[in-house]
Amino acid sequence: MSDALLSVRGLEAGYGGSQVLFGVDLDVGCGEVVSLLGRNGMGKTTTVLSIMGLLPTRAGEIRFAGRAMTCQAPFRIAQAGIGLVPEGRQVFPTLTVEENLIATASNRGGRAAPWTLERVYGFFPRLAERRRNYGDEISGGEQQMLAIGRALMTNPKLLLLDEATEGLAPLTRQEIWDRLAALKRDGLSILIIDKTIEALLVLADRHVILEKGRSVWSGSSRALADDPVTRDRYLSV
Amino acid sequence: MPTSLVLVQLFNGLQFGVLLFLVAAGLTLVFGVMDFINLAHGVQYMLGAYLAVAFYRLTGSFFAAAALALPASLLFGLALEVVVLRHLYVRDHLSQVLATFGVILFLNEGVKIVWGAAPLNLALPELLSGSVPLMEGLRYPVYRFVIIGVGLSVAGGLYLFVNHTRIGMLVRAGASNTAMISALGVDIKRLFTIVFGFGAMLAGLAGVMVAPILSVEPGMGDQVLILAFVVIVIGGIGSIRGAFVAALLVGVIDTLGRSFMTDALRLVLPASPARMIGPALASMGIYLLMAAVLALRPAGLFPAKGRA
Repeated sequence: MSDALLSVRGLEAGYGGSQVLFGVDLDVGCGEVVSLLGRNGMGKTTTVLSIMGLLPTRAGEIRFAGRAMTCQAPFRIAQAGIGLVPEGRQVFPTLTVEENLIATASNRGGRAAPWTLERVYGFFPRLAERRRNYGDEISGGEQQMLAIGRALMTNPKLLLLDEATEGLAPLTRQEIWDRLAALKRDGLSILIIDKTIEALLVLADRHVILEKGRSVWSGSSRALADDPVTRDRYLSV
Repeated sequence: MPTSLVLVQLFNGLQFGVLLFLVAAGLTLVFGVMDFINLAHGVQYMLGAYLAVAFYRLTGSFFAAAALALPASLLFGLALEVVVLRHLYVRDHLSQVLATFGVILFLNEGVKIVWGAAPLNLALPELLSGSVPLMEGLRYPVYRFVIIGVGLSVAGGLYLFVNHTRIGMLVRAGASNTAMISALGVDIKRLFTIVFGFGAMLAGLAGVMVAPILSVEPGMGDQVLILAFVVIVIGGIGSIRGAFVAALLVGVIDTLGRSFMTDALRLVLPASPARMIGPALASMGIYLLMAAVLALRPAGLFPAKGRA
């Protein structure tokens, strides 16, 4: 798919002496939601860090919005339009909820109807109630909403979500899934990692499975739902 | 002891404290946000004083000298960051300490070559050289009030800047997580350069302001640097509020200790041992304070990593 928004080819990366990724291929088209699946330690987070430029790429190519992004600084990749919601959420504890949203806000793509403070508060009303609290004074679910809101405030073309609902209460999870579905209806492209395959089968258009640092399967939700062998082989614990 | 003397020494301590704050503010931001130990921060203070003297010789006006020395300090700080320090961010603390110590040696020699080893002075203008009556029979120099006033205004401005501007938010966020800031599209190197240049200018401002009341000489930044480190350790590394409170504490305790420790000891000791122990104890005062703070609150009074 040459007109993909994000295209990763033959990506290899690792930490120090140990290589983790040995060849990851994936595409995310405009307005498409793609999930990155695989058991723990198969390289999902490493893939996210490499796409974001937070981990140096050893081989392969990353293209975003038609530009080569391999070996670019993280801030340039973010400025090109990738909004990161990292594993562990990583909201700034030294800033209030509102400051977390404002501090890195931008609209570099010149979006006509950009994400603003009011729009994020409308999207996540609980953040509005907590606007004066510091980042470490709110619940895990609120932190996840804040991390998503913070990424949306950079008005990204692609949202990169690592562990979208990990460690959250069931009700909060459902709220996050609802909000992600709303973002999809809005036309936002999303690359998402999560352990809840049932929810991902509903939300995502396509899925890419990683096994030992390689992408070994990719296909639609229908194909994955109809393929218990693949699910069993790569995803069951 | 007379109250008037205590009052004078309190003001002296306050004046010393705000100067320490101006130096410590840049040091704590650079250390807290960039995790960079910059021993060369003290030479920025020395250079501020020398630049004030140099511009005074050029212009003949104290105010023009001060107005020119500030941007010159900023430019020098930026140049130092781009030429030397920028390359040290990714190195470990030992490399940073060694390299910036080298910068100290280089610049202390440098000012000797340019301005000579003899101490220089800067004359105060008529307008600031008088004194004001504090109470019956007690006058206090106007210029020291000016220093206190400028220091407190800068502290207030810095507080507003750090708490109410986007760069201030990024500075506070940077004290806990710089990688996340860059992953959200902020050029962290540019932020570092801004913070560094700003810190250098504040240290330069302190140097400009002491030029008329201290002798301007090579190495004058070294003593201040040590005190500034004491201040940021007490206050909590990366915290402007901590630096402010700690600088005033250190300034007042050090000044009062040196003035009254001997007299205080004479209340409980004979005169001769009191004269011996007093000064020794006084010069230890701030280090005892630092040890006490570290024992009770190892991250300082206002740890920035949690919340500033």
